[in-house]
Amino acid sequence: MNKPVNPIELQFEDDGPLYAARKKVYPQSVSGTFRRIKWGLMAFCLGVYYLLPFVRWNRGLGAPDQAVLVDLPNSRFYFFFIELWPQEVYYFTGLLILAAIALFLMNSVGGRIWCGYLCPQTVWTDLFYAVERFVEGDRRERMRKDVAGGSFTPRRVAELALKHSIWLLIAWWTGGAWVLYFNDAPTLVKQLATFQAPMLAYIWIAILTATTYVLAGFMREQVCVYMCPWPRIQAALTDEWALNVTYKYDRGEKRTSLKKANELRALGEQVGDCIDCYQCVAVCPTGIDIRDGAQLDCIQCGLCIDACDTVMTKIGRETRLIGYDNDINIHRRQAGKPPIYRIVRPRTITYVCMIVGVGAIMLYALLTRTLLDVNVLHDRNPVAVKLSDGSIRNAYTVRLLNKRGFDRVIAIDIDGPHNATIHVVGVDSVTPDRPAIILGRDQTTELRVLVTAPAENNSEKSVPIRFRVTDIGLGEVASTTDNFVTP
Amino acid sequence: MTEHNDIDHVSGKATTGHQWDGIKELNTPLPRWWVITFYITIVWAIGYWIVYPAWPMLRSHTTGILHYSSRAEVAVELANLEKIRGDKMVALGAAPLAEIEKDPALLALARARGKTVFGDNCAPCHGSGAAGAKGYPNLNDDDWLWGGTLDQILQTIQYGARSGHAKTHESAMLAFGKEGVLKRDQIVTVANYVRSLSGLPTSPGYDASAGAKIFADNCTACHGDAGKGNQELGAPNLTDKIWLYGSDEATLVETITNGRAGVMPAWVGRLDPSTIKALAVYVHSLGGGK
Repeated sequence: MNKPVNPIELQFEDDGPLYAARKKVYPQSVSGTFRRIKWGLMAFCLGVYYLLPFVRWNRGLGAPDQAVLVDLPNSRFYFFFIELWPQEVYYFTGLLILAAIALFLMNSVGGRIWCGYLCPQTVWTDLFYAVERFVEGDRRERMRKDVAGGSFTPRRVAELALKHSIWLLIAWWTGGAWVLYFNDAPTLVKQLATFQAPMLAYIWIAILTATTYVLAGFMREQVCVYMCPWPRIQAALTDEWALNVTYKYDRGEKRTSLKKANELRALGEQVGDCIDCYQCVAVCPTGIDIRDGAQLDCIQCGLCIDACDTVMTKIGRETRLIGYDNDINIHRRQAGKPPIYRIVRPRTITYVCMIVGVGAIMLYALLTRTLLDVNVLHDRNPVAVKLSDGSIRNAYTVRLLNKRGFDRVIAIDIDGPHNATIHVVGVDSVTPDRPAIILGRDQTTELRVLVTAPAENNSEKSVPIRFRVTDIGLGEVASTTDNFVTP
Repeated sequence: MTEHNDIDHVSGKATTGHQWDGIKELNTPLPRWWVITFYITIVWAIGYWIVYPAWPMLRSHTTGILHYSSRAEVAVELANLEKIRGDKMVALGAAPLAEIEKDPALLALARARGKTVFGDNCAPCHGSGAAGAKGYPNLNDDDWLWGGTLDQILQTIQYGARSGHAKTHESAMLAFGKEGVLKRDQIVTVANYVRSLSGLPTSPGYDASAGAKIFADNCTACHGDAGKGNQELGAPNLTDKIWLYGSDEATLVETITNGRAGVMPAWVGRLDPSTIKALAVYVHSLGGGK
C-alpha cells in the first residue's frame, strides 16, 4: 500500500506535506470587558515604554538626571533612586528570578494571561491590527480585498501605502524609544533629528524598526505558535486548577443553529447554548477554534469571551459560555455540583512566598548596600619582606569605591599587629601617620599600601589586620580584613 | 513520504502513514516561512564559504575572496594599542621623576607599565615579585647597595653594575683569601667579627679584638669604620639584618675568600627612556624606595 513518491514533486505543491502555507488570520473587531482590559493595558505598557526615557530624576550636579538610564560607556545603571555598578549585576539576576516566578504565578492563576495581555508581541500586534482595521476595514472587508488581491485599484494602493506607512512609523518610534534608554533622551532626540547622533543609535533604531515591523505586521501569531518557547514550558507548568479560557461544553453541546435549537428545545430535546455562529473563531487573533479545547496556539486573550457574550446576550441566554474556567468545574456542573475556584492553593502560595522571599532578599541587599567600599588584596609575591632593621612589611593592594556623586576625602587606618605603621605609595608627604586621599565621585581607586610591623612581635606567623576607611566629611566608614604575615 | 489518504478520525488530520505500536503520526508540516528561512541559511553558509576562509586543505586552507585573517586584525589592533599607549608614555617621559608618584594617573601608568616591563626583563634575576634570590637583591626591602632614591634607582637601571657600560657602577669585593691577603684563620675571625656587627652570635673561642683589628686594617676603606657600608662604592651595610649572599659563617668565609662581583646589565639603549623611567618608579613604589 505504500508506494514511494518522489519528494521533489511534493515540494512544489502549495499544500504539499513538506511545508504548510500560513492561513492568514483576519481577526474581527470586538467589544466587551476583556477588550477594554486589553486596551487599558496596551495604553499603559506602550505609555511606559515610550515615555519613561523622558522622566527626569535629580541626582545632583554632574550626574545624569534621567530616571531610567543604561549608561554603557561609564558602566552604570540608573533606576530612579538606585544607581548600580557593574559588580552589582546580581540585582538583575534577582529581577529575572522575580520575573520568572511572577510568570509562574500568573500561569497558575490564569494560564497564559501574560501572553494575552502583556507580552510585547501581543501588545504591538494588537496595535498593528487596530491600524489595519482603521485603514482597510474589518474582517469581511479585509478578506474581500485580499481575495481580490490582483486588482490594485488606486484606492487599494493608497490604502496599503497608508497602512504600511503607519506601521513603519510605529515601528520606527519603537526603535527610537529603545535607544533613548541608553543616552540622555532629550539630547539624543536633538542629535537624531540633526543627524549628529552616534552611528550605533541609527543602527539600533533600524534593527528595532525592522523587527517590530516584521514581527507585529507579518509574523504575528506565528511568533507565539512556532517561535516562542513559553507555550511548551507553560504546558508543563500548569495544573488542573489554573483558569484557562474554556469553552464550557457542558452547556454548549450539542451545537446547532438558533432556529433549529428552538425547535428541538420545544420538542424537549437536549440542545446546547452554542449556536455555531463562529464569532469566537472570527475574533481570535491566532485563528483557532476555542471549542476544540485547551490548545498550544491559544494566548488566552479573552476576546472570544467578549464575542460569545455579545451573542449570548443577543439570543437571550446566559453569558460566559466561554470564560476563564477549568475542566474540574465543567465536570462538577455536569454532576450537578456548584463550581469551585481555588486561587489560593499550595502552588500559588508557594509562588507568592518565593516572590516575597526573593523580593525581601533584594530589598535587604539594596538597603544595606554601601556607598563607600574597600577591597584588599594581599601581595603574594613576596608575601612578606624583612627590612634592614629586622621589622616586617606586608604590601596590599587596596581598592576604594566611592559610589556617591561627589568627591570625598578618605582616611585609611589599620588595626593590626602591635605598633604597625601604614604607608600609602604616592601620598606620604600629606599625612604620614594617617594617610588620606581624595576619592573622585563615582570612582574606584587602587592604592598600594605598605604596612610595617617592628621586629618585637614577629613571634606569630600570621595575625589578622583590619583596613578601615573613613569619609572624613560624612563619617561614613567601611572596612575589610586580611592577614599580616611574617616570613 | 507515502502515498495514502489516511485520515486520523479523532483530529481529522492526515497522517504520514507511519505507525508505532498502533499510534499513527499526524502529518504536521513545517510552516512555509520556516522552510524558506532554512534554505536561506544554506545559501548564507555557501556565501560564507566563498567570502571567508573556510576549508582546510592538506597544507593550508582556502582564504576566501575577502582574504580575511584574524591574525592580521589582531596586528592592526595591537598597532592601534601601541599608538594609544605612545601618547601616554610621552606624558610619562616628560614628567619630572619626583612628580610622577604625586600624580595618581601617572603613578598608575608607571606602575602598570613598569610591572609589565619588569616581568619581561628583570624577573629572571630578581623574581617576578622582585623578591630577589641569593646574590640578586630583593627590591622590596629598604636595603640598597647603590642607593634607593628615585634618581639612584634610575641611574642603576640605566647603566647597571659592572656592566661594561662607561657610566656603570664599578666596584669589587676583593678576594682576600685567593689573593693571599688574609690567611684562613684570619678570615674566620673577621667573618665572626662581621656577624657580631649585626648582632649575630659568634663561634666559641673567637678573638673579638683580633677580628676588629683585621676588619680595621682591610675592610673599613669600603665598608666604613662602623661597617655601615658605602653606597658610592656599592659596599653593603654589614650591621643590618639583610644579607645578599647569606649571613652564616661559611657563606661569609666564602665571600671574604673569593670576593663577590654580581653583574646588573645596563638597560639604556635596550629600553626607551620613558620605559626606564616607569621601571624606576615601579621599583621605587615596591616599598623600599627612599
